Amino acid sequence: MNELVGILDKNGLVFAFMLVGLIMYLSYIVSKKLTNHKIPGAAIAISVGLLLAYFGGGEKGLASVPAFTGLALLGGSMMRDFAIVSTAMGASFSEIKKTGWIGLFCLVIGTVVAFVIGGSIGYAMGYRDAKSFATIGGGACTFIVGPITGGAVGASSEVIAISIAIGVIKSVIVTISTPFLAKRMGIDNPQSAMIFGGIVGSTSGVSAGLAATDPKLVPYGALTATFHTAMGCLLCPSILYFIVNYLLH
Amino acid sequence: MKIYGVAILAGCFLIGHIIGDALGRSLHMNGNLGGVGFAMLMLILLNDYFKKKNILKPETESGMLFWSTMYIPVVIAMSASQNVKAALSGGWVALLVGIFATIACYALVPLISKYAQNKSQTKQ
Repeated sequence: MNELVGILDKNGLVFAFMLVGLIMYLSYIVSKKLTNHKIPGAAIAISVGLLLAYFGGGEKGLASVPAFTGLALLGGSMMRDFAIVSTAMGASFSEIKKTGWIGLFCLVIGTVVAFVIGGSIGYAMGYRDAKSFATIGGGACTFIVGPITGGAVGASSEVIAISIAIGVIKSVIVTISTPFLAKRMGIDNPQSAMIFGGIVGSTSGVSAGLAATDPKLVPYGALTATFHTAMGCLLCPSILYFIVNYLLH
Repeated sequence: MKIYGVAILAGCFLIGHIIGDALGRSLHMNGNLGGVGFAMLMLILLNDYFKKKNILKPETESGMLFWSTMYIPVVIAMSASQNVKAALSGGWVALLVGIFATIACYALVPLISKYAQNKSQTKQ
């Protein structure tokens, strides 16, 4: 048994390829046989991944368990970003130009709305200083904006941990719910996918959710979603923090 | 050769990251600001240019397309290596903020989407 774990651990990335292939194969069968394609196979596979991560336990989900460490390599930020960039092959510049200034507007409004709602709920639940307000508000944008804001304004590590948790919860909710709500939100063309990505942010949630909805829309949503994180990192620790600081004093 | 496509992709990726990093540094933040977005924009423009000049060989293109089909598997591996337990143990604040922030964003999407559609229709 120990030898097997050793081999799997040493060849982690290759084992991850096999494991993910297996998860996808079974998920697509479940999607076809049990739900008649109503729930997309990709959505089931992603939910299975999240469940495994929960039972795996540690800081890196299932990848914290010996023999499964390769999952963190395959699903790490380098491979994720590389694969996201490659989806740009399916996007056309003329579609992006059509969205134009509204795309930029979405980035700002999405950041401000998440910041205000996140910070206000935190305020109502006892995190009343400007630093915590800004950090929790940043976490409501994405799990990258939260810790960057917290680090910049000097928030406590407890609040920063909460802000990461908020961002992760948001991305989990977006991942699972997008395929079901996409039609109701009118996400069926490149423009609405870009608006969706720009407002919601959460690159991993948006792109995973869109992948399970309609893979053709992934590059458009992912493009604006990555700029949402950039916008959040720009606005939250600066202008938005100054405003909150002024109002709370 | 397929590797040419992969190399072009890698080049865009790295240049995007360098731009994002420089932007973050110039604004005194220890983060990469939109590196992936810049890389995507570059690849889209490059792809448009290649198509216009008709110089992209199918073999080269397939090297890039392979990675875009690997996208979903990568996302599944990513979700399996998230700290889901910590996200749920972040307590009520994390859960409530996460839920309400998402709902608020969702509510905005159809509104702005409709506005954008009306505007593009009046233009035409």
